[in-house]
Amino acid sequence: MSQIPALIPTSLLLASLLSLLIGLKSRRGAHWTALLGAIAAFAFSLMGVKAMIDGDGEAIRYAAGNWIPPIGIEFVLDSLSAYMTAIITFIGVIVLIYAPRSLALETPGRERMVYPSMTLVLAGLVGMCLTGDVFNLYVFLEIAALAAYALLAIGDRGAPVATLRYLLFGAIGGGFYLLGVAYLYYATGTVNMADLSMRLPELMESQAVIVAAVLMVVGLGIKMALFPFHFWLPDVYTNAPSVSSALIAPVMTKVSAYAIIRLFLDVFPPGFFTANLPLAQTIGWFSAAGIIFGSVLAIAQHDYRRMLAYSSVGQLGYIGLGIGLANPIGMIGGLLHIVNHALMKGLLFMIGGAVRLRFGVTKIPDFVGVGRAMPWTMVAFTVGVLAMVGIPPTAGFFSKWYLLLGSAEAGAWVWFAVIIASSLLSAIYFFRVVEMVYRDPESDSAVEDREPLPRGEAPASMFWPITIMAVSIMAVGIFNVLIVSALLERVAAPLGG
Amino acid sequence: MTADFLLSRYPYVLIAVLFAIGLYGMTVKRNLMKKIIGMTIFQTSIYLFFIQGATKQGATIPVLDPELGPSAELYINPLPQVIVLTAIVVGVAITGVALSLILVLYRRYGTLDEVELLRRMRESA
Amino acid sequence: MDLLLTNRALFAILVSAFAAVAVALTGERNRNLRESWTVLAALAKFGIVASMVPGVLAGQRYDVNLLQISPGIELALRVDPAGILFAMSASFLWILTSFYAFGYMRGGKEKKQTRFFAWLAVCLSATIGICFSANLLTFVLFYEILSVATYPLVIHAGSEKAYRIGRQYLVYAITAGIALVGGIALVHNAAGSLDFVAGGFLEAEMGTGLLWAIFACFFIGFGVKAGVMPIHSWLPNAMIAPTPVSALLHAVAVVKAGVFGFVRLVGYTFGPDLMGVLGAAAVLAAFAGATILLASFIALTKDDLKARLAYSTVGHLSYIVLGVALLAPQAMLGAAFHMVTHAAMKITLFFCAGAIYIHTGKKKVSQLDGIGRQMPLTMAAFGVGAIGLVGIPTIGGFISKWYLAAGTIDAGAYIFLGVLLVSGILNAAYLVPIVTRAFFRTSPDHTRFDEASALMVVPIALTMTLSILLGLFPDAIFNFFSLAEAIVETVTGTTFGGAT
Repeated sequence: MSQIPALIPTSLLLASLLSLLIGLKSRRGAHWTALLGAIAAFAFSLMGVKAMIDGDGEAIRYAAGNWIPPIGIEFVLDSLSAYMTAIITFIGVIVLIYAPRSLALETPGRERMVYPSMTLVLAGLVGMCLTGDVFNLYVFLEIAALAAYALLAIGDRGAPVATLRYLLFGAIGGGFYLLGVAYLYYATGTVNMADLSMRLPELMESQAVIVAAVLMVVGLGIKMALFPFHFWLPDVYTNAPSVSSALIAPVMTKVSAYAIIRLFLDVFPPGFFTANLPLAQTIGWFSAAGIIFGSVLAIAQHDYRRMLAYSSVGQLGYIGLGIGLANPIGMIGGLLHIVNHALMKGLLFMIGGAVRLRFGVTKIPDFVGVGRAMPWTMVAFTVGVLAMVGIPPTAGFFSKWYLLLGSAEAGAWVWFAVIIASSLLSAIYFFRVVEMVYRDPESDSAVEDREPLPRGEAPASMFWPITIMAVSIMAVGIFNVLIVSALLERVAAPLGG
Repeated sequence: MTADFLLSRYPYVLIAVLFAIGLYGMTVKRNLMKKIIGMTIFQTSIYLFFIQGATKQGATIPVLDPELGPSAELYINPLPQVIVLTAIVVGVAITGVALSLILVLYRRYGTLDEVELLRRMRESA
Repeated sequence: MDLLLTNRALFAILVSAFAAVAVALTGERNRNLRESWTVLAALAKFGIVASMVPGVLAGQRYDVNLLQISPGIELALRVDPAGILFAMSASFLWILTSFYAFGYMRGGKEKKQTRFFAWLAVCLSATIGICFSANLLTFVLFYEILSVATYPLVIHAGSEKAYRIGRQYLVYAITAGIALVGGIALVHNAAGSLDFVAGGFLEAEMGTGLLWAIFACFFIGFGVKAGVMPIHSWLPNAMIAPTPVSALLHAVAVVKAGVFGFVRLVGYTFGPDLMGVLGAAAVLAAFAGATILLASFIALTKDDLKARLAYSTVGHLSYIVLGVALLAPQAMLGAAFHMVTHAAMKITLFFCAGAIYIHTGKKKVSQLDGIGRQMPLTMAAFGVGAIGLVGIPTIGGFISKWYLAAGTIDAGAYIFLGVLLVSGILNAAYLVPIVTRAFFRTSPDHTRFDEASALMVVPIALTMTLSILLGLFPDAIFNFFSLAEAIVETVTGTTFGGAT
């Protein structure tokens, strides 16, 4: 049990290395190695979740190399990191099952490099969630980012430029974070999170600590594509292969949000982000602006993937609002939205890939008739859309519900109105696609001259992951209280003050 | 007064200048290669900042020397060095990926000028 | 067995959801099998709902608590008089609508019939869910499902116009839904509870501003579905859907869900006393009164038969809202009973309009000269529905209007008595000429007796009979009147001393 915090990233790192080596000989072997590694990590994550529920949230600490913290680096599995790793590894397993057919179409001949990169992204992300050390978090952040650059750059024609831009801004974000770590280290003499949380309360007024907090949050804000640092994101998601988007869009930005939440809740003293320094409120306001901005721009898009990318900018705002509300119920909403959005965006990108595989289309107006050609996939698509709009009992409704409760409790009426307005905006841009999908191709003037789409679902290796995601969205919605009461209430408890 | 201030903190001033040059290069320069050079300068300024805080006049490497004894004053704090060493490794990896990306771009479009590159991309699309 | 009995409310909801899946899986391959799923589910649903009526009248409440969907808030069902009254009318009329729809869809050779029947079944599930919701969160869950499930039926025609109207419908419905969710979040914040309580659970101490904000959210949330002006305009447009949809959903299930929301709002959330103290009841009544008059005037100008009926629906829905908003026990009784009588009468009219359209292709009032000779049964039923809506005695509409009028006097709101009388005259002005035209004018098109198919005529005759029976023996049909009385008794504490 006590090894779990180390086992999760290690199994992924090992799988990444093995997958690279085996990939030299066999493409299929590389895929299976990566998949097995992800499944192992997912199993360990589930064990971690179970340990958290059984142990009443008692954190499991693992000192790497037996160097006792604060000298050594420690991995800490608590309710929040158990929750995050379970999401990340679940998405990882699903996307890895989904990957081969889509990659064979979109990036022929380069698949063997993709699987090690995918597992490396996952390893970096779970590492970020598990580490108990602010500098180690930076290292994992960059590991995940580097592997992600590789995954994103192999996409369409525009992918390398978009990725290079992402890389440059990512480097700035990472640099700011590292600079923040330096300030924090010189103010306190430690980079261990538990140690920091003990030393920081005396230093609430210190200039260096304030500068450190601002730099770290800005750096992570760039990484999480928090408005107005989102500009790198749409190009990247639009040009990347479907598999890369389906893996990176659901989890990557969320983990940076996680890092902010971790700093907010566990590293800096209670009230530091809200009272001494209104960082949480600032994040909230930028998020609110991002929700409106992302949703409005999503309406204007013709490319399905680009629309999803702008929608991501908006949806990330919900997580930011959860931080900004700084009360338990609002934070629960933000945290719950991490899993919701991971499932929804993963599902929608995977469906985009499936449609592209079958018919080669990515523009929304070309989706006419897909509903008839791929009926079950489009049922899943509709589930995803309903969740994005926030129709009960899908998962998307409940995060909005908790955020609304949190806004009401905090008296944040502007944010309350933003959440309400954004549901309407997302309905506008998503139902437009639904309408296209279910249009009758025979009676539609726009596509009269086109050949009717041949009927048939995506291959089983893509169809079933999509189905599982859609079912998960419903299940997370209906059983959200289980997640909330088993994990999230404990995470958000410090805000109850 | 100003001169005193600058003299007493000259490493920080230098670092700040490097930081600004790096950011300027990354965001304003049109040539992708120059952007990457800017990025390297930017990262280096952060490493220097980290290391600068750990300087100690007259101290030696952090290996316990029986002749000097265990007094912490005589040894350099090893942690920032280790951190920066790790950060440098990360930075090199980022630079490597960035360079390989512009290599791809150069091979495909024959230019590293961002505006020209985007124009050629649009034309070939 | 015990499990089956205690969870009847849940099965009443689920039975049509299962039917929807069965219909979708059966598909076009075997139409008769597909149709029989619908019929079976409709009969089963009605049977389950009806089996709970005696218990509810005896004061029993059937509770089903499923699971928590938000900490401290359960997905909970509770069968009370208000819920079962609405559920009875909706589920009974679904049986008739099903048969009618078979005739209509086959007669009109409509496309995508599988999709149509499946979504219709989902709509009914959601409607019954709304009836039996025990708290606001459960309510909004079914309310949103109903909104979404209606969309495929609205765009059924698949024309550019249908898509445009579908988009408008969605904007209205989603706005309403999210406003409602916002209002519920405010209620939760103020009261810490969302369970419906007869007589209301909000308190004046919670602050006037907050209560008005809650009211505003709910007004938008329910007002859209209930077609309260000025947020009604989706409803006449939604008549582009096939007539069975207009008849069952846009005269009974969907729109009454909005009205039922107002019943839950006034009677079970705010409570009549608080609505009065706050002044929100007066605002609601003013909107409803204005809607009654305006909708009646607009109906006069419409030549398209379904459009005229749609505006008539808008007006009559506001009768119910008005009855609830007057807060007088008699008015509330009239409102509750009008939910049933209007359903019976208006569905008759829509059925007739659909039969005429499918059989002769005529959509406009001005084309109906002499059609009474060709389709006398249909037009006779139309006549009964029409004079029932006007409020002539012996037909159901009279009873509900009588109590509404008595309620306005009790409440001292004589202006609304005037509204009711004027609108009665307007009702006559826009409906009766259709009947006289049909029977007393002549046209070369319609000389021979030639009725629509029995699948359509029989349901029409049955709904007509129901309308008349409700007027003659208000309590004989499924104890509707006693149920209406029970609603008023539980909400206001006034007793009427047994059925008339």
